[in-house]
Amino acid sequence: MSEEVAQGQAPTEDIGNPVVEVHDLTVAYGTKPVLWDIDLKLPANRLIAIVGPNGAGKSTLLKSILGLVKPLTGWSQLFGAPLSKHRSWIGYVPQRESVDWDFPTTALDVVTMGLYGEMGWLRRPKAHHREKALSCLAKLGIEELASRQISQLSGGQQQRVFLARALAQDARLYLMDEPFVGVDATTEHAVLQLLQNLRAEGKTVIAVHHDLQTVAEYFDHVVLLNMRLIAAGPVSTTFTEENIQRTYGGRLTALSQAAEALLSEGKIDRR
Amino acid sequence: MLGAMLLGAVSGVIGCFTILRRQSLLGDALAHAALPGICIAFIITGAKTPLALLIGALVAGLLGALFVVGLVGNSRIKEDSAIGIVLSVFFGLGIVLLTYIQRTSTGNQSGLDHFLFGQAATLMERDVQIILGLATFVLFSVFLFYKEFKLLSFDRSFGEVQGFPMRRLEVGLTALLVVVVVVGLQTVGVVLIVAALITPAAAARQWTDSLGKMIILAAVIGGGASVMGVWASATLPNLPTGPTIVLISSAGLVLSLLAAPKRGLLGGLWRSTLLARRIKRENLLKDIYRLVEGRQPATDAVSTGLLRGSRGQTIGSLRRIGSQLRRRGLVKTEGERWQLTPPGVRAAQQVVRKHRLWELYLTRRLELADDHVHRDAEAMEHALSDEFLDQIDELLGFPEVDPHGREIPRPEGVVNDG
Repeated sequence: MSEEVAQGQAPTEDIGNPVVEVHDLTVAYGTKPVLWDIDLKLPANRLIAIVGPNGAGKSTLLKSILGLVKPLTGWSQLFGAPLSKHRSWIGYVPQRESVDWDFPTTALDVVTMGLYGEMGWLRRPKAHHREKALSCLAKLGIEELASRQISQLSGGQQQRVFLARALAQDARLYLMDEPFVGVDATTEHAVLQLLQNLRAEGKTVIAVHHDLQTVAEYFDHVVLLNMRLIAAGPVSTTFTEENIQRTYGGRLTALSQAAEALLSEGKIDRR
Repeated sequence: MLGAMLLGAVSGVIGCFTILRRQSLLGDALAHAALPGICIAFIITGAKTPLALLIGALVAGLLGALFVVGLVGNSRIKEDSAIGIVLSVFFGLGIVLLTYIQRTSTGNQSGLDHFLFGQAATLMERDVQIILGLATFVLFSVFLFYKEFKLLSFDRSFGEVQGFPMRRLEVGLTALLVVVVVVGLQTVGVVLIVAALITPAAAARQWTDSLGKMIILAAVIGGGASVMGVWASATLPNLPTGPTIVLISSAGLVLSLLAAPKRGLLGGLWRSTLLARRIKRENLLKDIYRLVEGRQPATDAVSTGLLRGSRGQTIGSLRRIGSQLRRRGLVKTEGERWQLTPPGVRAAQQVVRKHRLWELYLTRRLELADDHVHRDAEAMEHALSDEFLDQIDELLGFPEVDPHGREIPRPEGVVNDG
């Protein structure tokens, strides 16, 4: 049984028009392999989590799909075509630490940058661009921070600025790199709300997620990664203790071991 | 002078991107690497034609950049070491060539060693035209591609995802840097060009949080320092132009570091001083209140000796703080007797209230032991705002006593909806 679900999709799911398709993807940094032989099809209109231990290649997978990192072998497609065909359908939320927050710019400015793609070369942001940027800030509940320099924002506020910028891109598919890391509870709630709204609007979100505890609660589809693809599929069938163990190297905590023991004795039900 | 001013302004503008992209060291390396190129161009052409020397400088600079990339990519040498190595080797070679030139052609060389420290005061007509052309080109490019360069400097990968060719933009911006460095060599020289690049930009950063304003300000500072430097070295004897310009813009930087309103050191010191004084005043109010509370705070008086004892202050500092309180009408003194006025009572009560409510918050909500909370409350009583305190009061259910059984005062005018 376990070998059947070793690679690729949960056997019962047939994904007709995958929003993301990855084939035989291998990525290395110099001589160090980071992703190896990944085959993946992800369905549209889901909230998809990518999980795995540190160094598993989660960010790298995202970056390969986005064309930021060149693979050694293999390819990836979005909406059934190479990346360059549907760029305007893609929104990106990078890791917060990838940027120098001391840069002389305001929150509104950062969100306006999300509209640079649709502005095109040499054009300047106009009033209606600023208004749209402001409304995106409002959707994240931080419009009053518009003219603040970004180093004066808290971690959660910075994350919301990044999300507002992605919203401004008006995409169909959002790729987010650890959007829940280091944010306060209010922001976490606001971000989750945003993701659910996006799904309700028919959009897809693929997020690298760091917290196993909340995967089942926040997401409906999961990709388990540790350099190789361990499993991918709906959370209900794929996010199992066995798969998690195989992804993280078999170090269950005392608590989950106790839970397993109680489960097998029939004393509690799996939630 | 026009040439120098334009150069200074353009250096300031490009310098903004240089420091934001952490390329200052690279700019320095490019300048030093240019020297052998200039010498070789001179040896080949036999004359000091600006265009030939400029091309020589450009070629050498680009070679230097290539060497840096090559070293980093093909060995275990890290980027900063690679830059240092290339800088020194190229510059050393340049000095050797320069010395050789000085030995062989006595008349012509005097132009060349000005490349070390600049010779803005003796820029010729043709030089100025070249500078004008190149400076306008650079400024125009920055203006045209402003938002692309901004995106490149702030969040390169985001721009890539949007479809901008970040690699090409990066090459373009670095090329502009090379042009500015090579042209600027004539004014301030190899050794100091990096200062002309960075100092105005760093100074400008102190005054504004907007990239656009920073660029304009850097141009003004750079241009202004150049003008003043050229004027000073022309008016006063024995003042070399390049170093003078750099000294003036450095003075501007020091001024900015000290005096800029939000980010300057002096402003910070001033705000600290004001805060320290407020803390001392509030502590004294609190001390008086604690000695007389329970009795008649508004009419009971306290002796100086008693006050000194409670915090171990000197008479001098006590009197100083006391006079600040007197001026604010919070305290009355008669000789060695101190008394709170009614406003003083209210002010003291508010501070004490903050202290005791905070102690209660720590013990109840964070479950700290009640002998652990005093020091924290000593600090927090000065930091909590009145609105925040009201929220804590409500959260705790409008309590009457603190963890040590002392009454939590409620000054008149503080509404209790409890």
